[in-house]
Amino acid sequence: MHTLAKKIMREDQFPMVFCPGCGDGTITHLVGIAIDELGIIDDVCTVGGVGCSGWLASIFNVDFFKAIHGRTLPVAIALKLTRPSRKVLVFTGDGDCAAIGGNHFLHACHKNIDLTVVMINNQIYGMTGGQVAPTTPLGSTTPTSPYGKIEPALDLCKVAEAAGASFVSRWTTAHPKQLLRTLKKAIMHPGLAYVEVITQCPVQSGRYVHGSGDPVHLLKWIRENSLTKTQMEKLSPEERAGKMLIGDFLEEIRPEFTAKTYQFMAEVQASKKASVDLGR
Amino acid sequence: MVVASKEGTVKIVQGNGACVEGALIAGCRFYAGYPITPSSEIAEEMARRLPLLGGICLQMEDELASINALAGASWGGWKAMTATSGPGFCLMQEGIGMAASMETPCVIVNVQRGGPGSGQSTAPAQGDVFQARYGSNGDYPMISLAPSDAQEFFDLTIRAFNLSEKFRTPVTILADEMVGHTRESIYIPPVEEIEIINRKYPTVPKDKFLTYMPDPDDLVPPMPAFNDGYRCVVTSQVHTEGGWRADGAQAAKLIQRLIDKVERQIDYITDVESQWIDDADMAVISYGAPMRSAIRAVIDARERGMKVGWMKLRTLWPFPAKQVQEVAQQVKWILVPEMNVGRMVLEVERVAHGACEVIPVPKFGGRCHTPGDIFKPIKETYR
Repeated sequence: MHTLAKKIMREDQFPMVFCPGCGDGTITHLVGIAIDELGIIDDVCTVGGVGCSGWLASIFNVDFFKAIHGRTLPVAIALKLTRPSRKVLVFTGDGDCAAIGGNHFLHACHKNIDLTVVMINNQIYGMTGGQVAPTTPLGSTTPTSPYGKIEPALDLCKVAEAAGASFVSRWTTAHPKQLLRTLKKAIMHPGLAYVEVITQCPVQSGRYVHGSGDPVHLLKWIRENSLTKTQMEKLSPEERAGKMLIGDFLEEIRPEFTAKTYQFMAEVQASKKASVDLGR
Repeated sequence: MVVASKEGTVKIVQGNGACVEGALIAGCRFYAGYPITPSSEIAEEMARRLPLLGGICLQMEDELASINALAGASWGGWKAMTATSGPGFCLMQEGIGMAASMETPCVIVNVQRGGPGSGQSTAPAQGDVFQARYGSNGDYPMISLAPSDAQEFFDLTIRAFNLSEKFRTPVTILADEMVGHTRESIYIPPVEEIEIINRKYPTVPKDKFLTYMPDPDDLVPPMPAFNDGYRCVVTSQVHTEGGWRADGAQAAKLIQRLIDKVERQIDYITDVESQWIDDADMAVISYGAPMRSAIRAVIDARERGMKVGWMKLRTLWPFPAKQVQEVAQQVKWILVPEMNVGRMVLEVERVAHGACEVIPVPKFGGRCHTPGDIFKPIKETYR
């Protein structure tokens, strides 16, 4: 077995559950490298959602919580608050995060709580059989949008930024170097770090959205259609249709929820009111 | 910082306030909730008190978030609680089933109000008693306690935490609007007289630890906190002893153990109080706020020479079958007043099994029985 896998991952969980050609293996590998290079494995715990991406959280040899569908972030928030030294890594999918867990996503971002949220965007409900997701491109036909998707794909990076996340990035499985660099920064960022990873799903979105189950073809498609801000600006509005914006969009140091909570707690305890409240 | 004092104290509080006192003494240091009448005073008092004790009180975006935050806090190593009412209790059901399956200690208080739907936010009801038992999907154990006054709300909140920690399972407290909002005196015993139970910690070497390996005596697995080095595998799926997804036989084994760890200790868990049963021809069995009217009605009946006794159920789930069965074999009639269309009366009927006549005394629509509402059927039935 690979030395990194031996060091960072649960050997008994190999071979992985992902379909052949799935991008989740690439992301697992990169997160593993990031944890190893940062030397933080004892402080890491993972929270996985429901969907293919949730199982990504299970591979690492750390405490692992597999939440019910959509509820990763409330669990993660409580894990962070009950021991602030924890590095809580959340692995969620586009259905888990943007649809059923959308409200929790808004409020976790709004808290700017120190979590790393890796959102694996395969643009479809993979595990349940390829149904349409909020992130599925406009017009796509899927088993539950047989006549084409009516609304455009939801841009969760914009949502994260608007809601108050202080670190927002989007990369793809076709950009492993950039993604690794961003993951390392995101994990160490003191605030809510949202990292979206667009990934190929040969079995579902490949088949339904892109008309190909070939992972190489799909990776090429991702590479050709994901553009940086500079590249995007060179295109006319018509040419931009269907293109995905990638890059590190936001990185700011802002007040963080856990630190603030403990600071408030200390202040309240120190104040005169505290002694009155406790004296019974 | 101590919560209970060395000497006992008397306080005048709302039932909801008594619940907070009990929770803080039991060691609750994490609260996550969403405002909902008639439970909100619990959240407000927790918000004021918890930071003083090094605890954390969060107002979440909804009840889904609240129950899941409890699970996170519990695996973070803290004792955690939420309080809600019917509509919020509905939203929590998936999380409660998850907590039962994940064997995650936590306490859920439901200060019941009228239903269904948004129901009657400021009126009492007991319509959620079956939801508390069967509200989540699949088979799972449930412990539910029902206070009938502020003192019991205090006592049972401590007991709820103790049972939750001992059996590693969510425990629900089914209060009602009247119990939650009635302001009355409670006695807080000296701290050394209060029994506090904490979850078992693993004793095996860290590399031999399996997240769901139960101890043979009580079928409860020891529980570390996350990042203590045990590398827990906590999955919402039905799981093996290692925590991974189970096959059919493994799933059946887990579900059976979850049920058995509670059912085998039913005598320890179930808690009833009774009076005048020994010579009684008739018994009134109730719980929560209607119990108080029931006791008054029974006293009135006794004063008129009718041999009537009463039994108060402080534990609703697991149902105190043995205790109710004994009453059923003693008396000719059992009356069951409750603020719903007749729920727990079905359980009484089941365990009475024809030994006596079981008569529902329902009252719903947001009002509690008066003593007269219960005295009337006593008088009409008693021959």
